[in-house]
Amino acid sequence: MKEFVEGSHAIAEIITKTNPGVISAYPITPQTHIVEDLAQMVANGELKSQFVNVESEHSAASVVLGASATGVRVYTATSSQGLFYMQEVVFNIAGMRLPVVMTCANRAISAPINIWNDQQDSISLRDAGWIQIYAEDNQEAVDFHLIAYRLGEDKRVMLPVMVCMDGFILTHGMETVDMPEQDKVNKFLPAYKPLYKLDPANPISMGLLADPDYYMETRFAIQETMKQSIEYLSEISAEFKSVFGRDYKDLLVEEYQTKDAEKVIVAMGSVCGTIKEVIDEQRSKGKKVGLLRIISYRPFPYARVYEALKDVPKVAVLDKAVSLGAYAPIAVEIKAAFYGKKKGPKVISSFVAGLGGRDITLESIGEVLRRLSTKEVNSDFIDLKPELLKEEYGE
Amino acid sequence: MKEIRIHARAGQGAITTAALLGFGYFNEGKYAYAFPNFGAARMGAPMNAFVRVDSDPVRLRSQIYEPDYVIIVDPTLMRGFNCFSGLKENGLAVINGKNDLELPKLKAKQKVFVVPASEIALKNIGRPLGNTALIGAFAAATGELKLENLIEVVKKRFSGKAQAGNIQAVKEGFEFVKNKLKG
Repeated sequence: MKEFVEGSHAIAEIITKTNPGVISAYPITPQTHIVEDLAQMVANGELKSQFVNVESEHSAASVVLGASATGVRVYTATSSQGLFYMQEVVFNIAGMRLPVVMTCANRAISAPINIWNDQQDSISLRDAGWIQIYAEDNQEAVDFHLIAYRLGEDKRVMLPVMVCMDGFILTHGMETVDMPEQDKVNKFLPAYKPLYKLDPANPISMGLLADPDYYMETRFAIQETMKQSIEYLSEISAEFKSVFGRDYKDLLVEEYQTKDAEKVIVAMGSVCGTIKEVIDEQRSKGKKVGLLRIISYRPFPYARVYEALKDVPKVAVLDKAVSLGAYAPIAVEIKAAFYGKKKGPKVISSFVAGLGGRDITLESIGEVLRRLSTKEVNSDFIDLKPELLKEEYGE
Repeated sequence: MKEIRIHARAGQGAITTAALLGFGYFNEGKYAYAFPNFGAARMGAPMNAFVRVDSDPVRLRSQIYEPDYVIIVDPTLMRGFNCFSGLKENGLAVINGKNDLELPKLKAKQKVFVVPASEIALKNIGRPLGNTALIGAFAAATGELKLENLIEVVKKRFSGKAQAGNIQAVKEGFEFVKNKLKG
């Protein structure tokens, strides 16, 4: 049913419909409304989950790790410093092959302290062994949580999944969401049946020491699963469409006006909506521009990116994060997708925008397209304030 | 597409105002995107909330710089800040204030409605939260939202005593502007 709803509340609602056995989270802006709403639903008796209050994100992640190991569906959510405080456990969850689902309400990282949106938090945890998918709007944010459980709990996968949604822009944004009905959710997402679980009647150990004779194979196994998950995402997307009617294609990328494009912007998350507005406006003036939206950042869909961009002369990669001292995170992947290939863009330039909530406007995107010329640039910052730079560096 | 920018201080209910307006448009078959922009994340700090409305789903995620409509919840914000910045040539502003409120010089086709929303709120709700009176006034000034629709929206949002008071505040805000337009 269509609702006009805040992003965070919509997430709480869909999590309720997935019926998790255990929820644990520690409040941090801009994730707060999600867990406040879930706590309220549990307190009201609308949701029969066990909500475990904890004193930190490290504990929240530990609780969902332990609970997932006992064989129940679990949920947590965090942002920014909270995610970093979880980090040690986050890697463990993946290493133990536990299908935890987490919402990352994307927020900048400290210092300086900043509560606003960029994607540095989740991107910094790209190597953790979690599948990461990024929503453009709140409909996707809702739907992707169902897909996350379905994919993570798939016996062929058994990996945690992080659904990333831009803090404030989506979490605090109210818009129309077609909320999946409970019977359809049940059809698409059956109850979780673990492969193994901690059970006093049949004791096993999990997360043991793996010495040099054993460790590498566990990492290899996750790497192989990640690669195969590219196929499973497409497969699950098709099933999602058959139940709910919404078509996310292969769930890896979205191609928007890329077919005959001379310039394509590559980006991820809610900024893609703003980019589409610019694409439409420029197309109406006869300019051949397009957008390639990355949906799945881990696993990274190199083959799909290659197919989508191989005949595009100029590509601009827009990152809402930086890898300080190196090329920007998404730009690295796009460049890697073309190394040693016969076809590919003549220019792959990389831009950084929207850090710490700096508003990305139609003009910001226009500027990216203007700066995308035959001269390749790397980590070119958009919308810097010259007056502040003058303070930093002098005249 | 129509764009609304709300000026308030954190704690004055600007997000609620944006939410109620967005809900109102949703009820009339439109797509709305209502969102806040916080400043320093403390009570009393100037902040904005925005509503973008269209017949298609709203994709644009930036803040609003050239609004069709401005709603000013706290007129003291006009002292140090140009709340009318970027307002369209034929734009419209609804301001919570008294008759003698000093206004900047506006463009020929721009319209302003000064509504005693705090007074209406004090009388009906017992607190100077003028948001519901302002959305009533906004509906009458723009003609984009029906009064009955807004009453339904307020009914869903508030319960008990607050509901009755806020419904009355919406009505009085609406009537105030309607009478102005007649007069």
